[in-house]
Amino acid sequence: MDILSLTAVELAKAIREGKTTAVEATQAVLDKIAAGEDTYHCYVTVEREKALKQAEEVQKKIEAGELTGPLAGVPFAIKDNMCTEGTLTTCSSKILENFVPTFSAEAVLNLEKAGAVILGKTNMDEFAMGSTTETSYYGVTKNPRNPEHVPGGSSGGSAAAVAAEECFAALGSDTGGSIRQPASYCGVVGMKPTYGTVSRYGLIAYGSSLDQIGPLTKDVTDCATVLEAITSHDPKDSTSMERKNTDFTSALVADVKGMKIGIPRDYFGEGLDPEVRDAVLAAAEVLKAQGAEVEEFDLSLVDYAIPTYYTIAAAEASSNLERFDGVKYGYRAQDAEDLHTMYKRSRSQGFGPEVKRRIMLGSFVLSSGYYDAYYLKALRVKALIKKAFDEAFAKYDVILGPVAPTTAPKLGSSLSDPIKMYLGDIYTISINLAGLPGISVPCGTDSKGLPIGMQLIGDCFQEKKLIRAAYTYEQSVK
Amino acid sequence: MANIISDETIDYVGILAKLELSDEEKEAAKKDMGRMLDYIDKLSELDTTGVEPMSHVFPVQNVFREDVVTNGDESEQTLVNAPGEKDNMFVVPKTFD
Repeated sequence: MDILSLTAVELAKAIREGKTTAVEATQAVLDKIAAGEDTYHCYVTVEREKALKQAEEVQKKIEAGELTGPLAGVPFAIKDNMCTEGTLTTCSSKILENFVPTFSAEAVLNLEKAGAVILGKTNMDEFAMGSTTETSYYGVTKNPRNPEHVPGGSSGGSAAAVAAEECFAALGSDTGGSIRQPASYCGVVGMKPTYGTVSRYGLIAYGSSLDQIGPLTKDVTDCATVLEAITSHDPKDSTSMERKNTDFTSALVADVKGMKIGIPRDYFGEGLDPEVRDAVLAAAEVLKAQGAEVEEFDLSLVDYAIPTYYTIAAAEASSNLERFDGVKYGYRAQDAEDLHTMYKRSRSQGFGPEVKRRIMLGSFVLSSGYYDAYYLKALRVKALIKKAFDEAFAKYDVILGPVAPTTAPKLGSSLSDPIKMYLGDIYTISINLAGLPGISVPCGTDSKGLPIGMQLIGDCFQEKKLIRAAYTYEQSVK
Repeated sequence: MANIISDETIDYVGILAKLELSDEEKEAAKKDMGRMLDYIDKLSELDTTGVEPMSHVFPVQNVFREDVVTNGDESEQTLVNAPGEKDNMFVVPKTFD
């Protein structure tokens, strides 16, 4: 049995049946990490000893019948913007180069309750600001499908670790596409749940009204299973929702008969790579052949999503990142004689260029005299975008489109033109603005062999429809 | 409409953002911010008269709890991360003479 090729759910089953152990699986994946990291660099921190110790404890509990769930014994990777007690958490920034949290994020605790083994922390764009994982202070991550290309971002390390078999599943976070886009580029499944589904407690905030934690996995079954494990109502996160019917695995049913799927014409216009378009439309045909009713429609406002997003996200970032001031944790500039100079120098030396760019823009749009014209205007357009989706979901169960306009770009080709890079987020970003769930599912490769992803978008709280459609597609093309 | 960002504006934003930028970084920031604002100005094409600003997609209310301590004293562990500490307090450079 090649342990590493198993999905998370298959591995847990093999452990339950005594065919392997959590320790054996952890050792195997640590060996794979040791062999692959020189090339891919998926991780900022690997906790070898801790992971093996945790695997031993988990294995004992499995054998004692205390852990019986579908993820017990499975080694996971965690994006480095989620706090992990006793393990370095850098957000891929110099300013947190020495930050060791005293507590763990609720989503990580939920995974550990389910019997997960935590391998380490994955690389990302600094503070999740970027689409390529190239803004990390700790170096770039390479796409395991072709190491000359980026893995996407910002959860690029998590997506690459799943693709490179350097973990069985991973957690990422998605503010404007940061789970779905790297999942698409690396050929794995990634889901951003409805806003408020997974607790943000312990997630280092970027754009608080947009951030959601979600799974990156080898298949749709793993995705539903991990989502079910990390979903909880958490009083420590004031935007955490009390949801019912979160048994997401019950939606793993290969049947879309009568499901109404809308394809937004606006998602297939200028800028979309023809190979991506063809692969996504072919995936829609597969669902149609399975009994779904597929039709095109006009979503409207698509071109306004990116400027709305960058205004709101930058504003929230400028506020959220005020906490990094060199006082309580993280990097402190050593040469400052007074407090304000210390603040300024610590931040200026600790943050990278993309983070500074967004903090500056955010400070500007929130400043007196510009607040109404920029920030409030963006919040009004956000209301219009939400309304456009409400109208679409009055007609359709699911919206289907591409995840990104192209496949993974080459390393080093994106950062020189920020606006061009931001345009790559056009199909993912409005979903965060409207709080909707979205899933990225692999649907083929381009002529260079790079993975293509299709995106399924649901109305708020309709993850089960997405899982059902994604699972049906996956089973149909197996 | 092209947005021209003045030196004064960049200096002011630097104060708000608590960032100390080199001359080179300032020039780059002026250009970047001008381009971003040109792009964001696209939103002015939309008539949003009468549309309420939407900060949250769900009608969420503030969450209250009883004012009871649930965690223990973690000051020692917390201070391990501090760049400077003394007598169970954070040490910072002098704030006034």
